[in-house]
Amino acid sequence: MAKVQTKDLLEQFKLELVAGEGGLEREFIMSDISRPGVELTGYFRYYPKARLQVLGKTELSYFNELSSEERIERSNRLCTDITPCIVISRGMDIPVELINACDESDVPLLRSPYKTTRVVSRLTNFLEAKFAPFTTMHGVLVDIHGVGVLITGQSGVGKSETALELVKRGHRLVADDSVEIRQEDYDRLIGSSPDLIEHLLEIRGLGIINVMTLFGASAVRSLKKIDYVINLESWDEKKQYDRIGMDEETIKIIDVDIPKAIVPVRPGRNLAVIIEVAAMNFRLKRLGVNAAEEFSSRLTKMIDQEKTSVDKGVDYD
Amino acid sequence: MVEKSVVVNVEPGLQSGPASEFVQTANQYAAEVFLEKGNRRINAKSIMGLLSLAVAKGDEVTLLSDGGDAEEAVDALTEFLSKEE
Repeated sequence: MAKVQTKDLLEQFKLELVAGEGGLEREFIMSDISRPGVELTGYFRYYPKARLQVLGKTELSYFNELSSEERIERSNRLCTDITPCIVISRGMDIPVELINACDESDVPLLRSPYKTTRVVSRLTNFLEAKFAPFTTMHGVLVDIHGVGVLITGQSGVGKSETALELVKRGHRLVADDSVEIRQEDYDRLIGSSPDLIEHLLEIRGLGIINVMTLFGASAVRSLKKIDYVINLESWDEKKQYDRIGMDEETIKIIDVDIPKAIVPVRPGRNLAVIIEVAAMNFRLKRLGVNAAEEFSSRLTKMIDQEKTSVDKGVDYD
Repeated sequence: MVEKSVVVNVEPGLQSGPASEFVQTANQYAAEVFLEKGNRRINAKSIMGLLSLAVAKGDEVTLLSDGGDAEEAVDALTEFLSKEE
């Protein structure tokens, strides 16, 4: 995971550096943000000093009501040697005591022209993305009709060949062989390709091909949310494969459960078509149409009807 | 699960030539083999994953293997990575 420093924030957002330039190399160790309201009243016992501090209108107007000594004391206690930075919102004027304290202790003091809630949400999003749990998986990620399908399976089972066929059918390749996965929020997995092998596909016998130059810009995509995992495995005669599609299996990646299907591979099975249809069927399920369930309820109804008609006896009218 | 740390000694690193040799060696074994560099783990039997890591000489990597001939696989790959040309 890359380090996040205060200067990254400065580059990313329209922030103005007011004081504490010496601390721009400070590093963030967590994504949480603190609004030190109670701390300004003098209660510092639980002050989360390693967090980014945001001072909004309420905090600053309270601060301005304090006596000069109190302001100096509180400012000094706010500026610890591990505080990554203090951000002032709404482009407000900053009390000179705070500026001095920041300069002395090298805590960067930044000013944003936007409203506090906006500043907090944008900073949180940025930091959360940077601190997101990360993993890499062996597989191929393809965007099929808007569904992010991660094709996994043993080396040599035909993942890349299937991806090539899918690209040929107009779908988009995100990553081949090695997929970098970040968890955003608590329920979203975003997959992307390592920079070095972006747009590339390895086909045994051909070597490495560039999908973007071969098929054009519409054949690739740099990021995609992972919705569905399809595991390809060699056909095992003894194993039971799903024949109806009623049960939804899942696989856990980082902290998220993703629906998963196992597709057995046998020569002559057109995997690309199967995966394409699996993705479409997945979409249909998400839209509320479940073919397997509908069929099953129709079957149950039919059996029930037959039972009742047997009970009543057959009507010959 | 067999696990072993290796310092890469291949000059100048795992470029396409040595990388495909490495993958071929890994594919001779039935066991699953993974290679880890930093916080990224890839399947040692796939060339693209290996190339995406850009392993250079002097890098420390970890070989992980699971399966029947895991021990042999790790030994052979360790020898490949640590031998001097």
